[in-house]
Amino acid sequence: MALDFSQIIPALPGLADGMALTLKLLVMAVGGGVVLGTLLALARLSDNALLSRLAKWYVNYFRSIPLLLVISWFYLVVPMVLSWITGDLTPVGAFTSCLVAFVMFEAAYFSEIVRAGIQSISRGQINAAYALGMTYSQAMRLVILPQAFRKMMPLLLQQSIILFQDTSLVYAVGLMDFLNTARSKGDVVGLPHEFLLFAGAVYFVISFGASQCVKRLQKRLAV
Amino acid sequence: MSAMISINNVSKWYGDFQVLTDCTTGVKKGEVVVVCGPSGSGKSTLIKCVNALEPFQKGEIIVDGISVGDPKTDLPKLRSRVGMVFQHFELFPHLSITENLAIAQVKVLGRSQEEARDKGLKLLDRVGLKAHAHKFPGQLSGGQQQRVAIARALAMDPIAMLFDEPTSALDPEMINEVLDVMTELAQEGMTMMCVTHEMGFARRVAHRVIFMDKGAIVEDCDKDAFFGDINARSERARQFLSKILQH
Repeated sequence: MALDFSQIIPALPGLADGMALTLKLLVMAVGGGVVLGTLLALARLSDNALLSRLAKWYVNYFRSIPLLLVISWFYLVVPMVLSWITGDLTPVGAFTSCLVAFVMFEAAYFSEIVRAGIQSISRGQINAAYALGMTYSQAMRLVILPQAFRKMMPLLLQQSIILFQDTSLVYAVGLMDFLNTARSKGDVVGLPHEFLLFAGAVYFVISFGASQCVKRLQKRLAV
Repeated sequence: MSAMISINNVSKWYGDFQVLTDCTTGVKKGEVVVVCGPSGSGKSTLIKCVNALEPFQKGEIIVDGISVGDPKTDLPKLRSRVGMVFQHFELFPHLSITENLAIAQVKVLGRSQEEARDKGLKLLDRVGLKAHAHKFPGQLSGGQQQRVAIARALAMDPIAMLFDEPTSALDPEMINEVLDVMTELAQEGMTMMCVTHEMGFARRVAHRVIFMDKGAIVEDCDKDAFFGDINARSERARQFLSKILQH
């Protein structure tokens, strides 16, 4: 079977739109995931036993179910629950429901990374911050978290690269991300193999390239 | 002289293990008190109780009229008025020396950036490190870092200073540069409570010496009495002193 890649060029603008959606989802999900993950990590490490246990359950729960299931749930179940509560049936939209699913799912993973980061900072640092009169929140924001994030940056980025690949699961709810666009464009022109091979190459180049950059960053931070 | 820090019958437990037993002492305004004793005797724990870095279960500690153990006490505010210097310096490694000196002045005391910067530089000059203002803590030697840590605490205009083994983590050649700064501070009338093994410093600078063993205060007397007649000291203090004064 001869492969014909010539049809990819006219499809590039459409594929670029798909990639834009993928990247938009990625950036927003990483941002939200890191924020929620950090809050979960702080809850997990807090002296409040109830808060700590709730955070632990959250993390264990989301780490024990498939991402695809979470995406489907938030697409189907959450709008339904919302309509029970608010009374009117406004659809949330596939993008928003996917974003919420990713943020909540990834937060579980990010929180474990952030927790390890916070725990790697010595007790003496928080004591020094307290001794200067800082409150818990000041000590965390100004002293502990900046150091923890610096240490954890390579791991956070690696997790983001995994998330970049996982965003392709939004096909399940019909969102036109990069992979879904490539698939549908390939089907339309009757060249599904070429388009999927191309999509695979793009995912590989971006993920592998980013991963190499992270490794270089890790070496620089280690010095 | 009035008591700046007064410690009354303080006891503390880690689970079933009692680390402090009925400790009662105090530090008057302008007084320099050295706390010594074998490792594990609870001296670091006691000094950390003074600014509530360690909670205690029994007794009370009053700092400048404010009860440390009272749940209603605004601890950050109290701590901001008491300087503390740690064994491992604990400068913030992600901030430059200038920022280390300024951050709490700005965020805790609400001073302006310029004011905090000027104050920091003045104190840095005082500890002889003005030329290092732009550097990061990792670029300084241990002795230099500890002097910056003292300057950082002084920048808050503390009413008293707590030193928790400030020279224990230093190479011998760097100990004196830190002790010199502390001596100068003492001579200016700063109220100081110092956990240290530096008996030379205690002899020269301290007004009073407290000796602790197994979580209890065994000796609490004037410097001259402590170093004067060794036979008047308790058995445990004699053992300790003979061990560290031999060399």
